[in-house]
Amino acid sequence: MALTKRRDTALAKQSFDYAPAPEAVDHVKIADRYGLFIGGKFVEPKSGKHFPTINPATEAVLSHVAEALAADVDRAVEAASRAQQSWGRLSPSRRARYILRISRILQERARELAVVETMDGGKPIKESRDVDIPLAAAHFFYYGGWADKLEWAFPNRSPRPIGVCGQVIPWNFPLLMLAWKIAPALAAGNTVVLKPAETTPLTALLFAEICQQAELPPGVVNIITGAGKTGSLLVQHPDVRKVAFTGSTEVGKLIQRSTAGSGKRLTLELGGKAANVVFDDAPLDQAVEGIVNGIYFNQGHVCCAGSRLLVQESVAGALLEKLRRRVDTLRLGDPLDKNTDIGAINSKAQLEKIEGLVESGREEGAEIYQPPCELPAKGFWFPPTIFTGVSQSHRIAREEIFGPVLSVLTFRTPAEAVEKANNTPYGLSAGVWTEKGSRILWMTQQLRAGVVWANTYNRFDPTSPFGGYKESGFGREGGLHGLIPYLELN
Amino acid sequence: MAISSLVHLGSIMGGVRTVDQVGVEERAASLGKRSIKKASKVWALELAIRMMDLTTLEGADTPGKVAALCSKGIRPDPADPSVPSVAAICVYPAMIRPAVEHLRGTDVLVASVATAFPSGQTFLDVKLAETKEAVAAGADEIDMVIDRGAFLSGDYQKVYDEIVAIKEAAGAAHLKVILETGELGTYDNVRRASVLAMTAGADFIKTSTGKINPAATPPVTLVMMEAIRDFHRETGRAVGLKPAGGIRTAKQAVQYLVLLYETLGPEWMTPERFRIGASSLLNDCLMQLAKERTGAYQSGDYFTLD
Repeated sequence: MALTKRRDTALAKQSFDYAPAPEAVDHVKIADRYGLFIGGKFVEPKSGKHFPTINPATEAVLSHVAEALAADVDRAVEAASRAQQSWGRLSPSRRARYILRISRILQERARELAVVETMDGGKPIKESRDVDIPLAAAHFFYYGGWADKLEWAFPNRSPRPIGVCGQVIPWNFPLLMLAWKIAPALAAGNTVVLKPAETTPLTALLFAEICQQAELPPGVVNIITGAGKTGSLLVQHPDVRKVAFTGSTEVGKLIQRSTAGSGKRLTLELGGKAANVVFDDAPLDQAVEGIVNGIYFNQGHVCCAGSRLLVQESVAGALLEKLRRRVDTLRLGDPLDKNTDIGAINSKAQLEKIEGLVESGREEGAEIYQPPCELPAKGFWFPPTIFTGVSQSHRIAREEIFGPVLSVLTFRTPAEAVEKANNTPYGLSAGVWTEKGSRILWMTQQLRAGVVWANTYNRFDPTSPFGGYKESGFGREGGLHGLIPYLELN
Repeated sequence: MAISSLVHLGSIMGGVRTVDQVGVEERAASLGKRSIKKASKVWALELAIRMMDLTTLEGADTPGKVAALCSKGIRPDPADPSVPSVAAICVYPAMIRPAVEHLRGTDVLVASVATAFPSGQTFLDVKLAETKEAVAAGADEIDMVIDRGAFLSGDYQKVYDEIVAIKEAAGAAHLKVILETGELGTYDNVRRASVLAMTAGADFIKTSTGKINPAATPPVTLVMMEAIRDFHRETGRAVGLKPAGGIRTAKQAVQYLVLLYETLGPEWMTPERFRIGASSLLNDCLMQLAKERTGAYQSGDYFTLD
């Protein structure tokens, strides 16, 4: 269901209406019920509880997944502890072989995984197909390569595994975040207990099947499902030696508090309110693409989303006109349609949060632009939104919205751009758009952000470390840096 | 030539918005992934045929060859009269008269290349004379080439003046200005040349002669579309676009139409503002249309070779 625009009748016959092009789903098998994946097998939860997971685009129930409570978490951590004894001592090249095998199976089952990711999470199939799944496979491939080269990665140190890792991941990139967490942990010789988000557990459960298919030794990877309570039990478990969390800053703080003094290693990848800075000499048409990709990619459910556009005043008019025109062409609708650019909001709770913050933007006097667009009747949807006339003190310029909502601010000089870009409690990412190479280098020195993209946005690669400053967390994932949190380096 | 105006035009060219290569190629590739099916595909293929400049530009062209091409252009599929005619037949100046003769009484236009096509490396007087003769012989449209040598040496004024002179010589005939993007080297240059040609009065800007590789590519075409969009916004004048060369399959043609629709919008989805220069493309479009109609691919023997 594309955005419908008012057009002259004379032009109506020239309108290019793309026929629906839905990705086939008949090759996908989703079970009615899933247990917990512990010790290499799916087992019934001791809690006896299951909860539904739905398709946010239709609100249809896709499956029921188990809720892991204390006894189940104990069992999973125990399985991981037992497996760690042999996995940690396995010859590194054999560990590499398992990880590379997982990477290959992910590629072989890419189409199925993409469809399930889209059904369970609401993201457009073109993104799960072209970004999430290939990148997840690439992460396993990359860290599989490190498994037998750790001695060379850290010369004159003796890298050893840490033990059992408790990993809690978010719902915005379910399988990709799983890959970011599991691949380096296994390469370093650790075993894991991973909890996917409660709204998007299905690809993690398919991943459990892939572990079986790869004949990964039982207990090396354990997947337990549940909500916040399950996550809290996992990170607080005494036998978990390393905690890795990606999610909200609020929950990250709770985890840091609860792990304090326990001797557990901790990395947190939290929220963001990134500035995408456009200078007056920027290639404007490509900057527009970068802005759109920065904020509307995955409905804005991206911790490093370029949610604050900082544009130099002298080109603000021209840029915003181009941007509005471009946003008019975004196609919102069925996430399984190959031509959909904007899919469904992940959950009702998230939709309400976005609506609340957008309402505050209106009340605080910012000017709102939304393309004329029909939202489907069922499911959770929010149109792409641009706020102009935003100032630093507005809530929509301070708080992470985690939705398709862009706040536009202007600046006059490079110094002012830096000041505004850094004036946030977060520091995960930033974008810089300019033709001047020296200015790019200067900006990267000035910006307090873990990732700075120049003349592009939202580009990811397994070889490149990713992580935040300030309230965006600490620790790095990806690249050589991504191994450090999973190793004892004495 | 006044030095001051040369310097002035040079600084204007220097101020043309730059293009980021990675970004524009990424955008063109992402639009290339649009999935166009069923009714929308049929609609797009028929439009592609209506927008086609069916071309023969060979040393071996004869009146007989041109006559056959004209028949093909008027009625591309003898088995299916619902298939529309192409927009124009594009030939060398010496072939204008036979083309005019065969196209008389139809809506199909005659386009002729001129100005020492494809290199453009001759005297201005010769180019003007060729243009005038082509129009006198009955060409409705003139496809000129810019002087790439002058452009690359920074003599924008020469390029500009030549376009202005040829536009005048072409009179009522529509002027398409070929930038030969394959020789310009960078997207920045493509954008500069587009602005220069539009400012000098081009009715259409065209990517390539088809004699140089690479010819039309989706990112080059996208850069030109963006230049047209900004020119239209700034001056109110709508300039047309013609990618030519290298577009051989129906799938490519549909991708160009997607690029057009999502960049310049529905107002450009007409042969008045968009053409595709091609020779072998037509049969692939016919084959795809027949497939949509019958559900099966036919052998190449069921489509005429002209």
